Amino acid sequence: MTRHFFGDTAFLTGRSLRHITRSVDTIITTTIMPIAFMLLFVYVFGGAIRSGSPSYVTYLLPGILLITVASGISYTAFRLFLDLQSGIFERFQSMPIARSSVLWAHVLTSLVANLISLVVVVLVALLIGFRSGAGVLAWLAVAGILIVFTLALTWLAMIPGLTAKSVDGASAFSYPLIFLPFVSSAFVPTSTMPGPVRAFAEYQPVTSIVNTIRDLYTGRPAGTDIWIALAWCVGLLVVAYGFAMLIYRRRSG
Amino acid sequence: MTAPPAIEVRGLEKSYKEVEALRGVDFDVARGSIFALLGPNGAGKTTVVKILSTLLRADAGTAGINGFDVASQAAEVRDSISLTGQFAAVDEILSGRENLVLVAHLRHLTDPGKVADDLLRRFSLTDAAARRVATYSGGMRRRLDIAMSLVGSPQVIFLDEPTTGLDPEARNEVWQAVRELAAHGTTVLLTTHYLEEAEQLADRIAILREGRIVVNGTLLELKQLLPPAKVEYVEKQPTLEDVFLAIVGAGPDGETGAGRRPVTEA
Repeated sequence: MTRHFFGDTAFLTGRSLRHITRSVDTIITTTIMPIAFMLLFVYVFGGAIRSGSPSYVTYLLPGILLITVASGISYTAFRLFLDLQSGIFERFQSMPIARSSVLWAHVLTSLVANLISLVVVVLVALLIGFRSGAGVLAWLAVAGILIVFTLALTWLAMIPGLTAKSVDGASAFSYPLIFLPFVSSAFVPTSTMPGPVRAFAEYQPVTSIVNTIRDLYTGRPAGTDIWIALAWCVGLLVVAYGFAMLIYRRRSG
Repeated sequence: MTAPPAIEVRGLEKSYKEVEALRGVDFDVARGSIFALLGPNGAGKTTVVKILSTLLRADAGTAGINGFDVASQAAEVRDSISLTGQFAAVDEILSGRENLVLVAHLRHLTDPGKVADDLLRRFSLTDAAARRVATYSGGMRRRLDIAMSLVGSPQVIFLDEPTTGLDPEARNEVWQAVRELAAHGTTVLLTTHYLEEAEQLADRIAILREGRIVVNGTLLELKQLLPPAKVEYVEKQPTLEDVFLAIVGAGPDGETGAGRRPVTEA
């Protein structure tokens, strides 16, 4: 059946992409919160924050981008959960198609939806004064890190999507992920935080990812942060993929 | 040499944690026949269907579809079956036609568009083809669901409680569709807890109770299990269903027997 894997995945991805293009509100809903945070921090709190960067929106943007993905993947889990609920998942499973393509279609759809949301957020950031002097290569690196990050969180979202008992359960797991950037270098430099909080902030994954993206698009050398960031993302991706596949196999017998 | 049965089930057992859902189920379904698995809720009907459609593994026993084992030859089994689950498994956001085209693509057919249009015609959904399924009525949704199961003409079709939750009009539409299936030579296994449904459709009926088949036979054989019928004279009043269908305007294909009288201007 694997000979059909790519074709089956393509058709199933086309199907769930149509869910997104026909209900654009999901894109709007996922981008509203990060954009609101961005406006709030730039225009309300930003004046009081000494970020050490000439433009606060430039300092802030990486954290906002991560929040965008964290809020976007709650829809990933939600869409998968709905498929399981509606029985269409079982229909696909009882058909002569490559089994894992059902899950991969959700993963690719999540990737596309989140990339659209990220572009929307970056456009709003440009409107309120975000500027980058970095070259194409640095931006490709930023895109690459965001893609790996999105894939990691998407596979994480597959787990509640497959196991949740209710709609709320399927999407609630993303709340802690949305708040993780607040205790990191995303909004304020970690040096201003008290000892234990600072220790947590400096060693949690968001800080290294935020620092890497910020360094890349401001044209500074990213140093070791880029490897720490990638290690976190790839590590999470591998673990989440393993768990999700295990649950999926067990579920589909 | 006679052809093997389309479905062959031997000693099927399945437990969920402490609950023994199936405790040794045996039955055969002949090619091109309609077989009804009758039983109260929780009797294990859906579990049987899930095992036969490769969605669930049995703890013990074997099941074969078209001679292929559901556990060791799942891919071949999936090629010959189609499942219509308890809830209409249709994509609400897509149109009726898009749903059919998608399934035709996934079954790797050569002309998905034509397959879709033919089925839309056959199930009287052509007018609604371009509309989103979210706007369909319950009966239309179930018809589309069954049409999706017919894409690629699988030899064996499982219908798990196909009319639960449908109004009488929609139920009659589904019954008609099932009869046509069997007329086309498809083997149908349907589960139901409506006695009338089994009586109307099935060539053979098996009653599943507490995970075991307690009776298996034709309607006539089943009726002979009870003492012979007494002759009584009863005034035949129209049932509420007859009244309902007369008012709503769809006939029950004449099978339900009772004379349909106009109910207005009494």
